[in-house]
Order: sequence, then C-alpha cells, then structure tokens
Amino acid sequence: MQQTRTMELGTGLFVLLGIGALFFLTTQTTGQNDFDADETFEVQARFENIGSLKTRAPVSMSGVTIGRVTDIRFDPVSLEAVVTFVIDSKYDQIPDDSDASILTAGLLGSQYIGLQPGGSSFSLEQGSEILYTQSAIVLENIIGKFLVGGRPEGDDE
Amino acid sequence: MLREILDTFLQFLRTFGAMVLFFVRVSWYSPAVFFRRFPLVIKQVYNAGALSIVIIMVSGLFVGGVLALQAYSNLERFNAEDTTGIFAGFALIKEIGPVITALLFAGRAGTALASEIGLMKATDQLSAMEMMAVDPLRYVVIPRFLGGVISMPILTAVFTTVGLAGAHIVAVEWLGVDVGAYWQQLQQALDMEDVLEGIYKSIVFGVIASLLAVWEGYNAIPTAEGVGRATTRTVVITAIAVLIFDFMITAAVSLR
Repeated sequence: MQQTRTMELGTGLFVLLGIGALFFLTTQTTGQNDFDADETFEVQARFENIGSLKTRAPVSMSGVTIGRVTDIRFDPVSLEAVVTFVIDSKYDQIPDDSDASILTAGLLGSQYIGLQPGGSSFSLEQGSEILYTQSAIVLENIIGKFLVGGRPEGDDE
Repeated sequence: MLREILDTFLQFLRTFGAMVLFFVRVSWYSPAVFFRRFPLVIKQVYNAGALSIVIIMVSGLFVGGVLALQAYSNLERFNAEDTTGIFAGFALIKEIGPVITALLFAGRAGTALASEIGLMKATDQLSAMEMMAVDPLRYVVIPRFLGGVISMPILTAVFTTVGLAGAHIVAVEWLGVDVGAYWQQLQQALDMEDVLEGIYKSIVFGVIASLLAVWEGYNAIPTAEGVGRATTRTVVITAIAVLIFDFMITAAVSLR
C-alpha cells in the first residue's frame, strides 16, 4: 500500500512537471510579437525592394506593433513588390498619406514595416494603398557601393 | 567468402524483418493494452519516466550551461553576446534536448527495460505466463513500451526547460548578458514550429528507444551472458538509430 502511494505520487509529480515544462516551452520561448486583433483592415503598399521581409512580419507605428504582413507578391506589370498587411481596426485614424518603410530591428535583426504618420485628414481604411514607401536598405548594396565607389553619394567636391 | 557475406546479409535481413513484425504487433495491441491495463502502463511510466527525472534534470542544467558558455565565448568576438539566448534556445529546443534525452533514456530506462525483460525470459517467467494462457507481449512488453513512449516527450520537455534555466544562469547571472535582451532575442527568433519540431522528435525517439529496449530484452539469449549482451546492444543500437533519425528529421524539416 505504501509503495503504491509513493508510485502514484511520483507519477503524478512527473506528469505535472512535464505539463509545466511543455507549457513553459510553448508560451514563454516562442515569438512574443504576437498580434491578435479580432477585427482588422487590409492595406497595400508597393515597394521597389522588400529586402528579406517575410509574411507575419510586424507592422509598427512609433514602435508599437499594430499589424502584421499577410501577403507578399510581385507585380509583373509595374515590376514592384506588393505587400499586403492588416492593421487592427482600433487604429482607424492613421492618416492616409502616412509613409511605410521597411526597417531592420537592430543591425542584423529581422525586418518589419514601420509607418510614419502623415498630415492628411483622411484615414487609412479597408483596401487603401500607401503611396509613399521606402524600400529596404540592403546592406550588401551599401557595402558594394562603399567598396567600389570609395566615396558616399552626394559627397562630390 | 561470398557465401559468408550472403549469409550475414540474410541474417541481418531476417532480424530486421522480425523487428518490423514485432513493432507491428506491439503497435497493433497497444491501444487495447492502454485502455484495459492502464494501471500497468502507469507503473511503467513511473519506472521509465519518474525515476529518470533526476538524471535528466541534472544533465539538462549542465548541458544548458555549457551551451551558453560556448556560445558566449564565440559570440563575444563579434560583440553579439546578446544573441547567446538564440543560440542556446535553438540548440536545446530543436536538437540537443530531444537527442540527449533519448540517449540518457536509453542508458537509464532502456537498459532497465531490456535487462528486466531479458531476466524474466532467462528465469522462464515468460514461458510460465504462456503456460497460464497469459500473453507476455500484452502483459509485460507492451506496458513497458507504452510507458517509455509516454515518458519521452515529458522528459524532453523537462530537459529543455531545465537546460534553458541553466543557460540563463550561466549567461545572465554569471557572464552578465542583459536579461531582457537574452529572453527577448530568444522569443523573437523561435517560432512555434521550432518547439513543435522538438516535440515531434521526442515522440519519434520515444518510440525508437522503447521499441529497441523491449525488442532486445524479449529476444535476449536466456542466459546471464545473453541478458548482459542485450543490455549493451540496447544502448548501442538506440544511440545509432536516434542519431540517424535525428539527421533525417532535421533534413526533412529544414529542406521542406
């Protein structure tokens, strides 16, 4: 009887520990840039070069994540990348002439879309397109220019 | 000469075939055993899992610590100490956690299973069961197999969690990596898919390690020497199989 109790206690503790560990692994170690809004609206933007932007990358304004990239396509007519992203419906007062740029978190971090507010009195809504965009800064190009040109652009004398 | 090679090859093929058939039989009866003989399964979860927890936790702590040390001393050269968390987290969750847990499991629980079943065979307990019309496969082998399969994912999760704690202690408390940077970078880099990959691996390794252990025990030569040899073979074959499968799963996942 005593032995059965020890066994049951040990097994219970073991399984509980396992569930605790699994819970920790699935919730605490995975991506925290979670964005789950019930209602969102879709916005598009065209970029000359998106660098290594991926779907599910965050869309942020003033450093706060307000949306997520849902789709990246290449437009064969205009030869540009078309990025579709959703923004939480709570933020429905973003001026429609805001500009979108592809930024990098840290020097070598992952890329995300940063929005800078414009001054228009109309706001972004479902299906809007952001007209002012700035491409990703591709580090290799800068290094290439630096190595070959030897002198940064606009520094002619 | 050629004859011998052919014979060896045929022998290998026969053993392999018998093992596959054994696996099919074990899996076939597993659900019924799980539901009808649940107390037996619980007992084996205790034997294979709960009794292995100490070795798993101690090993995890030190493996995590050494990973953080290695990562730190290399990343420091690039002034990228903050990414120690990414390195330790990725390595632990995707590779080292499942693999080392499986190897420790083979050493701690696999050998126990193999020698226990082998000894039962050597002392004619299995034959006695058959005489009484009790199927030793369903009464002895399958509960042990299921106990191992259930324990492995739990042990892996505990190992990985304790490993992350060990890496945290070394990197943050000892080497002075910023705690916010450490966890934030880790969380940014890891996806749910990575955690799931580790869990899938632990399930596959659990099946491999438990199956090989009960197979070796069940087919041990019923002498003291035979049981000893079966125990050794369990560890050797499990280690090889786990490492090969680890490579294949990683290749399949990353080349997808």
